[in-house]
Amino acid sequence: MFNFKPKHILQSLLLVMALGSTVLSAATDDAFKVGFVYVGPVSDYGWTYRHDVGRKAIEAEFGDKVTTTFVESVDEGADAERVLRKLAQDGHDLIFTTSFGYMNATVKVAKSFPDVKFEHATGYKRAENVSTYSARFYEGRAVLGTIAGMMTETNTIGYIASFPIPEVVRGINATAIAMRKVNPDAQIKVVWVNTWYDPAKEADAAKTLIDQGADIVMQHTDSPAPLQVAEERGVLGFGQASDMKTFAPKAQLQTIIDDWNGYYVDRTRAAMEGSWESVDTWQGIKEGMVGFGDYNTVISDDVKAAAEIVRSGIVGGTIHPFQGPIRNQSGEEVVAEGNVLSDEVLLGMDYYVEGIVGSLPK
Amino acid sequence: MMRLYKRSQPSKFWIYAAPLLAVVLTFLSGLLLFALVGVSVPDAVYAFFVEPLSDRYALAELGVKAAPLIMIGVALSVGFRAGVWNIGAEGQLIVGAIAGSAVALKFYEVDAIWVLPLMCAAGVAGGMFWAAIPALLRSVTNASEILTSLMLTYVAALLLSYMVHGPMRDPDGFNFPESRLFHDAATLPLLLDGTRLHVGFAAALIIVLVVWIFMSRTMAGFSLLVAGAAPRAGVFAGFGKHRAVWFSLLFAGGVAGLAGLFEVAGPIGQLLPGISPGYGFSAIIVAFVGRLHPVGAMFAGLLLAWSYLGGEAAQISLNLPVAVTNVFQGLLLFYLLAADVLILYRFTPEVVTPASGSLNTDTVS
Repeated sequence: MFNFKPKHILQSLLLVMALGSTVLSAATDDAFKVGFVYVGPVSDYGWTYRHDVGRKAIEAEFGDKVTTTFVESVDEGADAERVLRKLAQDGHDLIFTTSFGYMNATVKVAKSFPDVKFEHATGYKRAENVSTYSARFYEGRAVLGTIAGMMTETNTIGYIASFPIPEVVRGINATAIAMRKVNPDAQIKVVWVNTWYDPAKEADAAKTLIDQGADIVMQHTDSPAPLQVAEERGVLGFGQASDMKTFAPKAQLQTIIDDWNGYYVDRTRAAMEGSWESVDTWQGIKEGMVGFGDYNTVISDDVKAAAEIVRSGIVGGTIHPFQGPIRNQSGEEVVAEGNVLSDEVLLGMDYYVEGIVGSLPK
Repeated sequence: MMRLYKRSQPSKFWIYAAPLLAVVLTFLSGLLLFALVGVSVPDAVYAFFVEPLSDRYALAELGVKAAPLIMIGVALSVGFRAGVWNIGAEGQLIVGAIAGSAVALKFYEVDAIWVLPLMCAAGVAGGMFWAAIPALLRSVTNASEILTSLMLTYVAALLLSYMVHGPMRDPDGFNFPESRLFHDAATLPLLLDGTRLHVGFAAALIIVLVVWIFMSRTMAGFSLLVAGAAPRAGVFAGFGKHRAVWFSLLFAGGVAGLAGLFEVAGPIGQLLPGISPGYGFSAIIVAFVGRLHPVGAMFAGLLLAWSYLGGEAAQISLNLPVAVTNVFQGLLLFYLLAADVLILYRFTPEVVTPASGSLNTDTVS
């Protein structure tokens, strides 16, 4: 029979523990503590990696006055609440939860720790001590969609999507609208992989799309795997969330770079100075939350100029990625000429626009 | 030169000493690992082993994390002893959670005492239904339940995805893929106030006891053991092979379904696209580390839960990357299973002669 009792190890460890606890108590107590909860590993070189860059920006800005902590690959189910509670209990003053699935756990734990400030990325539930923040990534997609529409030769763009939530659907639609403006014959084929981070699955999806004729692949998942496949197969692609040039120097045409640094530093400063308030932040290219990398040298000057017009138009407010006329898949006009979609509609987007092949999983 | 010889019977000493040896070896390897990544060893030991047990809330969390592992691990060990390889408990867990959630959402506004029991019944039924498919395929077409039960896990995950994106989606949730939060009447009672320790942990302990009595004291339990150990003898004795298949799969499926329901009605409180970090798969490890014995599986479930919580604590207090904590957990499981070789085999020093290797057919190289 199994005779393994936790108690036994405990006893044998008492000595080591005594030593350990003295070392622990030597840690500085007066530093402002900022915690981060990540859905993937920091080495995903995409979504989580960029949040971690933001965490390091806080350290660089405030030096000894802050200590930061992160917990990576935290499951979005029952585990999130425990991790959050532990961070709060361990004296963290400000906690960033960087995935949609942490929403209810964040709100729940925030209730038990009214003195701790929480910041939840991409959700919609706020409280006195819970802010929400996200970036208008769809603005970046409009720039990429312009490039893709002008550069595709097969008129087929492959799109690897994670989950059919409004955020992802919005990205696909923004790409399609921009693409069709410069190339009315181009189409987007979508593969849903039902994961944020699974390099093998993402790579398989990229192969499938390339086999179906896509000569440009885009992804709304977190690893560079699709881009690496594009590089291998000699087709083109885009980086996602960070600059992935080193993974695919030939294939990466351009990339969206999530830049949380400014926001994280500002919010940490506000919390340290006592001016922190619960807000909802949704910033885009103009504020610098959505950034870009260098244009690949294979991009012609025409294409680059067209992309820059879209980018500067969005910054200047003359171009909106969801500007009418917009038609849905069956050709009905859903936004009339001269109108733009409101933030409210964008936040709940659940249909495809014209130019996307297949139907949206419901 | 050391050689391994099969013992004539399992060693009484090593049955008890092997797990302890494994812990010591893990510990020593851990010291090396922590030294390599530049973390103070006492701090690491404290974070891994003591923090998860350091206060009332932490202990309650150990129970929350261990409950599904114990329940499913114990249930799977019954089937594994009968030679029925149900690898798809994860899928059965998911379908049980979906079925139970359907009840919770159907009676969303109903504040009645029967809602929760009905949810539990639906959870069990859902898990059993999902396990009945590989049982049927096995008994009718002789299809391997290893493959069918595993593949049905992926089907279950997609079914869950469909449900939270479609029929069971929160109508006020901006199209985000999750159900409404369950009402109080559809949420598990807690065992300890101020924690998340729910009645599911008590249920897990009851299941351990019931399975223990069943396997060691009843004829039906004995017939399952015979069916696993000597299938032909079992058939001659009148214990049909199909009966073992059906019983093992339905039992584990029902328990896994209940465990899934406990997750959504307990710590999570709603149906999400991801409700289990692979409890159904980890439970296979639990069953084997527990030597396919219910009490062993209980300790193994607690141990595994302990190591998960230790891993989290090490990340938070030492900023260790998750990869290091995963390696440490892997070391523990590796040594636990590897040390078992000492129960059935003994190491003997041997004078090497050129021919000895080929003559000893009973050696393991």
